[in-house]
Amino acid sequence: MTTGYFTSVDDVAARLAATGYLASPAVATTVFLADRLGKPLLVEGPAGVGKTELAKAVAAVADARLVRLQCYEGVDESRALYEWNHAKQLLRITAGRDESWDETRTDIFSEEFLLSRPLLTAIRGAEPKVLLIDETDKADVEVEGLLLEVLSDFQVTVPELGTISAERRPFVVLTSNASRELSEALRRRCLFLHIGFPEEELERRIVRMKVPGLDEALAASVVRVVGALRAMDLRKVPSVAETIDWARTLLALGADTLDETVVRDSLGVVLKHQDDVLKAAAKLDLDAV
Amino acid sequence: MTAPSTGPSLPIDGITGRLTGLVKALRSHGLRIGPGETVDAAAALEALGLADRERAREGLAAALLHRESQRAVFDPVFDLYFPAGVGVPVRGDGDRDALRERLVAALAADDQALLARLAGEAVDGFGAYGSFGQGGDGWSSYQTLSRVRPETLLARVLAALRAESAAEPGTERPAFTDRLLADEVRRRIEGFRERVRTEARRRVAERRGTEEIARRAVTTTADRVDFLLAGRAQLDELRRAVHPLARKLATRLAARRRRAAHGSIDLRRTLRGSLSTGGVPMRPVLRRRRPARPELVLLCDVSGSVAGFANFTMLLVQALHDQFSKVRVFAFVNRVDEVTDLVAHGNADPAGLGARILGEATVTGWHGSSDYGTSLGEFAERYVDAVGPRSTVLVLGDARTNMSDPNLPALRNIAERSRRVYWLNPEARTQWSTGDSAAYAYAELVEMYECRNARQLSTLITRLLPV
Repeated sequence: MTTGYFTSVDDVAARLAATGYLASPAVATTVFLADRLGKPLLVEGPAGVGKTELAKAVAAVADARLVRLQCYEGVDESRALYEWNHAKQLLRITAGRDESWDETRTDIFSEEFLLSRPLLTAIRGAEPKVLLIDETDKADVEVEGLLLEVLSDFQVTVPELGTISAERRPFVVLTSNASRELSEALRRRCLFLHIGFPEEELERRIVRMKVPGLDEALAASVVRVVGALRAMDLRKVPSVAETIDWARTLLALGADTLDETVVRDSLGVVLKHQDDVLKAAAKLDLDAV
Repeated sequence: MTAPSTGPSLPIDGITGRLTGLVKALRSHGLRIGPGETVDAAAALEALGLADRERAREGLAAALLHRESQRAVFDPVFDLYFPAGVGVPVRGDGDRDALRERLVAALAADDQALLARLAGEAVDGFGAYGSFGQGGDGWSSYQTLSRVRPETLLARVLAALRAESAAEPGTERPAFTDRLLADEVRRRIEGFRERVRTEARRRVAERRGTEEIARRAVTTTADRVDFLLAGRAQLDELRRAVHPLARKLATRLAARRRRAAHGSIDLRRTLRGSLSTGGVPMRPVLRRRRPARPELVLLCDVSGSVAGFANFTMLLVQALHDQFSKVRVFAFVNRVDEVTDLVAHGNADPAGLGARILGEATVTGWHGSSDYGTSLGEFAERYVDAVGPRSTVLVLGDARTNMSDPNLPALRNIAERSRRVYWLNPEARTQWSTGDSAAYAYAELVEMYECRNARQLSTLITRLLPV
């Protein structure tokens, strides 16, 4: 059962690019497969390489509604799946005082009083949807159990109503920073994609696309310096998001070339720890001038 | 596992055969791949086709792998089962200087396609060995690399790049990024060396049967690398793994602590609370446990043979420091010294930790070989106050005493004073108490565990540490 948003790998790459998401070959291939095989896509990788953006881009391309479940410690069934609208149920009970209990009971557990949360929303309805389960690793293990039913059969069981199956499969993206090991069972249900740091050429194109005003040579230098920083043994290596931030900063500063002074003054935009700044400055020989 | 004989394997027929062969080889490297994933992989291949090899690679990886660390195993195995070309696609003419000349140009331009072809030519021209003349009975990446010596081309590539930018006015590189150039070229050269290794492996595989090579020639994932056999690069990789691993362990420990906090019902307080509801206990009150954070004492052998293991463990424990109320680290070879401060600062520069401990702490007496008996004795004597009823002691070392007295009473003394003592031994269990090892003698006094790689270490840490 496919979601059928794309026709080929090239189609994925071209249409994602049109929305401003430049996909590496690995990303385009995996997105196409997830679409074709109708399987959820588990995306891992360092922060700031565009995991969440990918889901948004797919939603934009497929003209689908983006349903997002942001995971956090303590997210539970009533936040992820559905809950009953108790207030409305109480109102209903008070409104119908003359009814028999049986009538009321069948009535208050009906669709009208069901509040659907992201997972249920994603499988109900015939419109195309993209389900983004963001930072899955932040959620407790129990939530993973809940996801298993949704992700393998695309159905949700509500005891009072029965099992609700998807009329149309959503395109599912799960993201994780790997701060907790996800269970093997969850991993088995997904296609796996690791988004790492992009190749130099791709990153240059990303920077040029996101920061259009930047001079081409300067963009190239920025990417090269970031590449060199990534090769160092830092606590937090700069990500694509930082590269773009840096490029924007340089544009705002009106720098036309990357020299020692500019780099020294703006290194804090790319590096987030003082140790790292010192180490990078030493490695890049910034104090020699 | 019943492995087939090592003779030349049957030719792999068709894509299905290749795919199952690939899966089998991956399983033999410890990747857990179920039939469901294999079916997905086949569906992926069907959807993608084989025309674009890199797409096929990514597709199979997406279907078969579950984590990024498995890529290191997957990529070489994939290259073996889905080779870029069969036979000898490119013939080297054996002219080394000409090859090196073209390599300089390719590296300067960073032309990946050309680099791949040159790697093929290099292996073809300089990698053959054996008695069958041209073609040989084997291909050696080592031999190729030591003849072509791409690493010596650095200066020439740099010169070429500079000449190029000087020749084109307007595109001159800013002086600053120029500094990065050498490192960049070094990375490109390393990439080329890797290509040569892959190419040589592929050719050997063709000759000797893919299965055998897949089993033997592919490196394992970092967390399964034996501490005692790990090379420098692998130790560096392990060190980089420390922080993510520590974070993972910390969440696991925290979860366990949270669960443990849901203690039993406090009957007295439940009944007192029930007075307001007329004696009906509406709200059970749970007994709160005082969060007791354990103290940890690390006693590490830092002699040459096991230093890698000890360093890695010290870093891991240090990264976990907020899980304990107090961590104290002691190092010894044949004398004991406290190195807690060194390790604490070591977070900034893990690479030099071993050297700093040897340089700044008094861990050796008049000779350099490890002596467990004397060290344990000295620890029991000088630092005995570090160990109390709340502390867990981890002893790290291979228990090789160099024929000296193991001093069992000292260890017994430590064990009696502390809450628990665990001994982590980086040697295989089969090696214990062979030669000068006193492992089993110590193992009778304290619990001793085999801890040969990062995976075992992390399981042990989560299991043993008191939370």
